[in-house]
Amino acid sequence: MVFEVKLTNANSVFRALADPTRRAIFERLASDGDQTVHALTRYAGVSQPAVSKHLTVLKRAKLVRHRRSGRETHYSAQPRALAPLVDWMNYYSRFWHDRLDRLEDLLKRMD
Amino acid sequence: MTTTETRSLVIEREMPYPPEKIWRALTQGSLIKEWLMDNDFQPEVGHKFSFRSTPVANWNGVIDSEVRIVEPNRKLSYAWVSLGLESMVVWTLVETGGGTLLRMEHSGFRSDQDAAYKGANYGWQKFIGNLDRVVAGLQ
Repeated sequence: MVFEVKLTNANSVFRALADPTRRAIFERLASDGDQTVHALTRYAGVSQPAVSKHLTVLKRAKLVRHRRSGRETHYSAQPRALAPLVDWMNYYSRFWHDRLDRLEDLLKRMD
Repeated sequence: MTTTETRSLVIEREMPYPPEKIWRALTQGSLIKEWLMDNDFQPEVGHKFSFRSTPVANWNGVIDSEVRIVEPNRKLSYAWVSLGLESMVVWTLVETGGGTLLRMEHSGFRSDQDAAYKGANYGWQKFIGNLDRVVAGLQ
C-alpha cells in the first residue's frame, strides 16, 4: 500500500479544505480566476484579516498562489494541488469495492 | 448490481439477503474482521474503537473510530480517522423485493464548522461536485 504514503502528504490539503469559508474562497478562485483580497472579502462575508488568514492556510497547502501588482495582491487557484484529494477518492473507491466483494463472499457463506 | 457515483464516495449494491443478515455482517466484530479489518467494534453509539490492518511504512495500519449511529437493520455510522484525516462512513440498508439495497457513503472531513456527523456534509459533497471539471482534468 504505497498509497498510504501519498495520503500522508494530503494532510495540509484536507485540513485547508475542511473549512467552509476556505472552500468557498478556493472555489471562487477556481471558477472566476484571479481575485484581489478586497474582492474576496466582499464575497466571503468575513473581515479582511480573516480572509488573509484563510489565504495563508490555502497558500501553505499550495492551493493558491499570490502575485503582487502595485498595492494589491492577486490570488489565483492552483487546481493541481487537489491531486491528493483525487487520490484519496480513487484509493477509497478501490478499497471499498474490494471490501464489499469480500462482504458478499462472507454473506454467501453465512447461515 | 454495482453503482458508483463519481462525485462522492457512494457505493450501492443490491444484495439477495434480508437486511438482518447484512446487519450482522456489519456489526459483529468477528464477522467484520472477515471482510473488513480486525476490530473491537460494539454496536453502541459513542463506543470508541479501532480497525487494525497490517502496518506499512509511514502508517501503523490503525483506523480510529467512534460509533455515531446505530439503527438496527437500517443505518450504521462510524468515524474513520486515519493519518489525521477525519472522515465518516455511513451504511444504509433498504429492504427491496428480493433482498437489500446496501449503500455505503464515505465522506466529509470533519471541521468545527460543518461536522459531517451532524448531517451537514452537503457542503463537502457540493464542493467536490462543483470541482468535478477541475478534478476531471487531473485524472
